[in-house]
Amino acid sequence: MTGACVIRSVGIAAPGLVGWAAAAPVLAGTAPYLVAPDSPYAPALLPPNERRRATASVKLAFRAAEDAVTAAGADARELASVFSSSDADMAVLHRICDALAKTPRVISPTDFHNSVHNAASGYWSIGVGSMAPTTTVSAYDASFTAGLIEAVALARDRAADVLLVVYDAIAPQPLAAKRPLAATAGVALIIGADSSAAQGAVGRLTLALDGSVETPCANPAFEALRAANPALRALPLLELIAARRAGAVTLRGTGSLLVSLAYAP
Amino acid sequence: MKPLAIDSYTVTSAAGRGRDAHVVALRAELTGLAQRHFEDAELATWIGAVAGLESVRLPRELAAFDCRNNRLAELALGADGFLESVAAARSRCGARRIGVFIGTSTSGVRHTELAYRERTDDSLPDWFDYRTTQNTYSIADYTRARLGLEGVAVAVSAACASSAKVFASAARAIESGFCDAAVVGGVDTLCLTTLYGFNSLQLVSSEICRPADPGRKGLSIGEAGGFALLTPAPRAGVPACLGCGESSDAHHMSQPRPDGAGAVLAMRAALGTLDPAHVSYINLHGTATPANDASEDAAVSALFGTATPCSSTKGWTGHTLGAAGIVEAAVCLLAMEQGFMPRSLNTREKDPALKANVLLSAQQARVDYALSNSFGFGGTNCSVLLGPAP
Repeated sequence: MTGACVIRSVGIAAPGLVGWAAAAPVLAGTAPYLVAPDSPYAPALLPPNERRRATASVKLAFRAAEDAVTAAGADARELASVFSSSDADMAVLHRICDALAKTPRVISPTDFHNSVHNAASGYWSIGVGSMAPTTTVSAYDASFTAGLIEAVALARDRAADVLLVVYDAIAPQPLAAKRPLAATAGVALIIGADSSAAQGAVGRLTLALDGSVETPCANPAFEALRAANPALRALPLLELIAARRAGAVTLRGTGSLLVSLAYAP
Repeated sequence: MKPLAIDSYTVTSAAGRGRDAHVVALRAELTGLAQRHFEDAELATWIGAVAGLESVRLPRELAAFDCRNNRLAELALGADGFLESVAAARSRCGARRIGVFIGTSTSGVRHTELAYRERTDDSLPDWFDYRTTQNTYSIADYTRARLGLEGVAVAVSAACASSAKVFASAARAIESGFCDAAVVGGVDTLCLTTLYGFNSLQLVSSEICRPADPGRKGLSIGEAGGFALLTPAPRAGVPACLGCGESSDAHHMSQPRPDGAGAVLAMRAALGTLDPAHVSYINLHGTATPANDASEDAAVSALFGTATPCSSTKGWTGHTLGAAGIVEAAVCLLAMEQGFMPRSLNTREKDPALKANVLLSAQQARVDYALSNSFGFGGTNCSVLLGPAP
């Protein structure tokens, strides 16, 4: 009852954890955790036309994805992908519902095509020119675990590397009061099939649908961050990877499931 | 993919509740579309509304999930003995070993639209529960909880390909050992977001939708819900999902690739080793927009030639968006059962620019293998191959 995979690289965009190269020593405890003001991100892989139309939420997904792709030296065109987000684009949802509550009801066509949950996945395939399969899932606060399961199964099915991107952004009011996320964050992993060579990878992961207690962050300073965004439920795993330390963590899944992840560098 | 048996399935749309109602509507060529407004929408169009949603009540313990989308799920789950089939599978496999994979594009957005009308001082009304209604996962969580399942569960939200892609996700999860069986499905309901949104793109027809007709003016939007129970033991007499192909256009967020190359990749992946000549019937995505019809026609004729019978059944249901994949997979299964290929309803003549064999009249003929196409915004494509157990 297990799935296993190779993790080739990690990408991250979260408060104080911007880019895996800088974030890894922070998560490993060898560099201080400092939150600096962030500046808007301009995705390198998005052509200017699409960059104009893409929303902040899409750019967040690109930021994490580009970080992982660069770290792995992967050819983004060849990667199948899984995008997982609990809420997708709450800013677009807000603008549309706001417009529909007014007279006359006028929705921007760009907002409408950006309202689909798979907007980031669509921009990604257009930006990198990939005709490979891409899918988009949601599992509320279990969106990291659900995305990981989907990506591991897809990598095994294709016997090829898969890009996993998990992201959610803080909603505007009044939606934020109903869905309070304390941080905007994205996490990306490039996942290889279990049977593939692990040369240059950051480690191997084995999944099992068992476990009894959710694992908190090893460093209590990151506990609030873990709770702040569905993508950051990955932090206990990322702490192991950052420290290149073998170990196991348990993450909450859907229903009553808990999913244990055993990592070996 | 390894073939999966479709042990049970059900569909509810504007054309009726359950499989028998769909057989009657398909054979009698009775559309479920009507020229009327959805609630207080002011657009002159035809819609495919499911009757009776207003009076559907969710089980008391799941009352927090109450919204139009989850009501449609409740209505659909109750038809064709589907609840009983899943209960039997749960007894055999265990609640944690049956996965749930549900497609939706807009989930409970109608609920949020209503909440915004009552917005005061920049706050939404107390009755609005985000997690159980608007959130994309709500429909999958409702289905999971309603069926008493506790395993892997996910909403697949890839616009109008959502509930075709659930077959691929379920097959992969079973193959990788994350579950032993799966409930797949899709539910999407009428809302102002999609009516006014497609209207902003000038894609909503003022007439009933006429797929492949030279005088077509765009979509009629509908709502629907459908579910299937998949198990990994195909056997004689039980239809099977034999393949599911996914691809990306890498072209445009809301326009299909004109050469249909993305759709060809998805169809080819769904066929696997099956010779395209063995496909008896293709249920087209067939939205009745000129761009879709031209792109899909290029793809179908490139891969199948121009003889394979095909039709869009959106003339019965409207375009049910995130539910279209499961609805049209169900139509293919009914076609296999009945030995019947539905025509392209409301199509007066075939656009001479189209090459594929779009059926202008129904055919009574054996259907061995049927392929269903679903394409969505973001350039996402999915094809599902259905047929007899190998």
